[in-house]
Amino acid sequence: MARLKLATLWLGGCSGCHMSFLDMDDWLIELAGQVDLVYSPLADVKEYPENVDVALVEGAIANDDNLHLIRVVRQRTRTLVSFGDCAVTGNVTALRNPLGLAREVLDRSYLDPGNYRPQLPCEPGIVPVLLDRVQPVHAVVPVDFYLPGCPPPAARIRKVLEALIAGRTPMLDQSDLKFG
Amino acid sequence: MPVKTLTINGQLVSAREGETILEAARDAGIRIPTLCYLPGLSAHGGCRLCLVEISGSSRLQPACVTKVVEGMEVQTHTERLNAYRRMIVELLFAEGNHVCGVCVANGNCELQDLAAEVGMDHDRFEYLHPNRGLDASHDRFGIDHNRCVLCTRCVRVCDEVEGAHTWDVAGRGANSRVITDLNQPWGESATCTSCGKCFLACPTGAIFRQGSTVAETVRDRSKLEFLVRAREERQWHV
Ligand code: SF4
Ligand code: SF4
Ligand code: FES
Repeated sequence: MARLKLATLWLGGCSGCHMSFLDMDDWLIELAGQVDLVYSPLADVKEYPENVDVALVEGAIANDDNLHLIRVVRQRTRTLVSFGDCAVTGNVTALRNPLGLAREVLDRSYLDPGNYRPQLPCEPGIVPVLLDRVQPVHAVVPVDFYLPGCPPPAARIRKVLEALIAGRTPMLDQSDLKFG
Repeated sequence: MPVKTLTINGQLVSAREGETILEAARDAGIRIPTLCYLPGLSAHGGCRLCLVEISGSSRLQPACVTKVVEGMEVQTHTERLNAYRRMIVELLFAEGNHVCGVCVANGNCELQDLAAEVGMDHDRFEYLHPNRGLDASHDRFGIDHNRCVLCTRCVRVCDEVEGAHTWDVAGRGANSRVITDLNQPWGESATCTSCGKCFLACPTGAIFRQGSTVAETVRDRSKLEFLVRAREERQWHV
């Protein structure tokens, strides 16, 4: 059987879910023996490849970069997993939504508190443009599986990966469904 | 006292006359999810999580306010009820701002537990992300309206157990919110005795202790139960 092609992504999140991924400790060595990590913030790959089997997506959709990438990922991936609360609910990344649209959020963050020539960051092509609303991944593209937690504990991530590698649909019971 | 016999999920259960389906189920060790219900307070029937099916009736009934009847056949977890319950919890999450990972009540929240119990792995509704405000004017407690599910437990405990009636509900529909006194800052309330019973009763992170941060909420509900037992049964044993 061909080795499973695994990707992990870091969108609008804090990387805590990836930290928790690394917390799987020595099982990572076993994992490395069973999958090819084809795209990840932990690997030096520039382009999201074709025919990816499983993608763990950390983070919410917060800027135009996230939006573009998640559409490409959806097209090129068989099983897309919302990985952690920001991907699943918007969570901390979406805390800005009650403040208003992108411009109001930027004003509040860069102009209001600034006391020495405050200005908004603007580098077209380099600094991604904020979307007006932060959204969970499933509000933008279809998601195949949800892995909640802020961050999901390492054991929960492992359970899901083990099932996916074995070709089974992962099942999370009540104790593993907790947000937060 | 006359005894009524009924079945819950096919199991034969006997209950005292005047008991609710919820009480009969709990006595028999059958769990029905609840949110606005708190033992010792009057039942409110507002959250609808405890809805059950009763044979011969096409309407779903809230178990916390429906009295047992001889021969009643009750179902607590049909596919339809499970689907509605999950939907109710999803709506509660979508209409407020619930960010469990950074909430004072993380790990000690009835709403968070309910989400797991009803199998909510994501929310199918669009989040409203309201800006409902927070009142931190009280010395010892604060209220974050973004986390409030309008269960009215604070209103009832303050009125029925403390006797202060500081809390009430103002507004309608999605604009409803709990208020202190005549919608004055909590810290300036003339009626609040600072007893903390509303904090003990609140199921979520809406009412919190000043100075507590993420996941630091600890509520000792047995204190409330002790008070209620003392009042109702005149028993003061600790
Ligand atoms: S009140 Fe409960 S459900 Fe809401 S954010 Fe806090 S822990 Fe989560
Ligand atoms: S503040 Fe807490 S107890 Fe009061 S209505 Fe809101 S959720 Fe219920
Ligand atoms: S617990 Fe019965 S309606 Fe809320």
